Amino acid sequence: MIDGVAYTVGWLSLAIALWAAWKTIRHTRISDAMFYAISAVEVGTIVLLIAGLAGLASTERNVEGAVFVSYLVTLVLIPPVTLVWGVAEKSRWGTGVVLIGMWTVGIMAVRVLQLWHG
Amino acid sequence: MADGLQHGFGRVVVAVYAVFALSASARSLYQLVTKASEAPLAYALSALAGVIYILATFALATNRRWLAAASIGFELVGVLVVGLLTVFDETLFPDATVWSEFGAGYGFVPLVLPFIGLAWVLKARRGNLAV
Repeated sequence: MIDGVAYTVGWLSLAIALWAAWKTIRHTRISDAMFYAISAVEVGTIVLLIAGLAGLASTERNVEGAVFVSYLVTLVLIPPVTLVWGVAEKSRWGTGVVLIGMWTVGIMAVRVLQLWHG
Repeated sequence: MADGLQHGFGRVVVAVYAVFALSASARSLYQLVTKASEAPLAYALSALAGVIYILATFALATNRRWLAAASIGFELVGVLVVGLLTVFDETLFPDATVWSEFGAGYGFVPLVLPFIGLAWVLKARRGNLAV
């Protein structure tokens, strides 16, 4: 469960990061489609938080709980901040912010997997 | 035309600084709370790096140019000195910091970031922020 959601969130966010890079190069701002894609990442991070907490409660392995949970919570916070900031910026760099935000989500999803598997 | 440090390309710079402010300070807080005695110098340094990133993020986001230049300048010196020290004397820092080996653990972003940050502040000083 955790693996599947983390991989989905990771790949989706990295795909959006590439998409945003393309849009930055092309001087285009966030489109409706990109807004919904980032919203989908947000849903994914919420599911990951729930799955992670459930997994942590039921596992007998020694997972670094505090770090693991702080990553999961931070992941939930990044897409909204990315959206607010990215939409507020009226130049090409609005999608530049999306690139940074989604790249960060992708890297953190990988770290979540590393922490979970120890 | 918006012309503060925090607009246009600056928003991307602020975003990257915010990510590093969060990760460096959260990491050092965790290290200091759980295992401060293992590598006090490395963890104190992580905390210092975290504070510097927070300062730089704040300065850039609120268009404080001198504070931005000072904190980013300090960051540049920090990543270069710590990078050199960790390459020449591995025993000095038993645990990694954000600046170890010139930020290799973070894709060398900590090494590149201060140059981009300073360039951005200098560009702002010339009143030349249109992108």
